[in-house]
Amino acid sequence: MGAIQPKVSEPVSDELVLVGRAKAGDVGAFEELVRRYDRNVFRIAQHITQNREDAEDVVQDAFLKAYNNLAQFQGQSKFYTWLVRIAVNEALMKLRRRRPERTISLDEEVKTEDDSVPREVADWSPNPEQQYTQAELRDILDRTIHGLPATFRTVFVLRDVEGLSTEETAEALDLSVPAVKSRLLRARLQLRERLNKYFRRRDRSNELQAKPSSGDGTR
Amino acid sequence: MKCSEFLHELTDYLDGVIDANTKAELDEHLAWCHNCYVVCDTTKKTIEIYRDSKLYELPEDLETKLRTAIASRCKSHKKTGPEGSAR
Repeated sequence: MGAIQPKVSEPVSDELVLVGRAKAGDVGAFEELVRRYDRNVFRIAQHITQNREDAEDVVQDAFLKAYNNLAQFQGQSKFYTWLVRIAVNEALMKLRRRRPERTISLDEEVKTEDDSVPREVADWSPNPEQQYTQAELRDILDRTIHGLPATFRTVFVLRDVEGLSTEETAEALDLSVPAVKSRLLRARLQLRERLNKYFRRRDRSNELQAKPSSGDGTR
Repeated sequence: MKCSEFLHELTDYLDGVIDANTKAELDEHLAWCHNCYVVCDTTKKTIEIYRDSKLYELPEDLETKLRTAIASRCKSHKKTGPEGSAR
C-alpha cells in the first residue's frame, strides 16, 4: 500500500522579503502575507473552535497579533509555522473562554479507553465520499472530527489537513515529535473508526463477517 | 509481527517515513492480515477525505470581509508602527 502523498508547499523564497518590508511598516506587504494564509488560518481556527464566528475572530486576532509582534519573528522557522502557532493559541483561548468549565491544554494526557485498538474492522466502499453530497459529507466530517479531544483534533488538522510536517506541527504546538506522532496515530484511528458507520461497504457486510477461506463458495 | 506492532508503526508507514527493512516487514504482514489491511486502507482514506480542502474553502465574501478588517486594524495600529510593541 502506498504512502500518503505529501502536500506540495508553495514557494516561500520571497517570504522573508515580505516579512522584512512588513516589519519596516509596509502594510501592503503584510496584506500579501494575509492573502497567502488566511484560508489556512481560517480552516485551522474553525476546526479547533468548531464555530464559524469564533473562527472569524481568531483569524483577525491572529493576524493582528502577528503584525504587532513581527519584530519577535527572527526567521528561524517558516513564517507560516510561526503564524500557525499564534493562531492555535488564539483558537484555544477562544475555546477556553467558551467552555470555562473544562481546561484545555495541548500537553494534557488524554485519558480515553484504549482507542488504539480498532474495535470494528469494516471495509469501505471504493469511493465512500461519493455516496454523499458535498454538504452532507462536510457535515459528516465536521461531526466526526468534533468528537475528538481538542489536542488530537489540533494535531490531526495541522498535520493531515494542512499538511505541516511532523516537526513543524511539533514546533507550532510546542510538543515533542514523539508526542505529535502518538496523538496523530490515535486521532487517525479514532476518526477512521467513527467514519465506519457512514462509509462501510453495505452490500457485502455479511460476506465480510464470513471467512472467505470457508471454501464452500459462499456467494 | 503482531497486529499491535503493525498499528504502532501505522503512522510512519502511511507517511512513508520508515526504513526499508521495517517497511518490508509491514508489507508482509499486510499481505496476509486482512484486518490490518482494512484498517490501514480505511485510515489512509480517512486522511485523504479530510485533506480534500475543497470542502473547507473560505467563502469569497467572508475572505474579503476578513482581509478588509485585518488591513484596517493593522493600519490603525500602525500609528505607533509595528515596532511599537517592541522595545
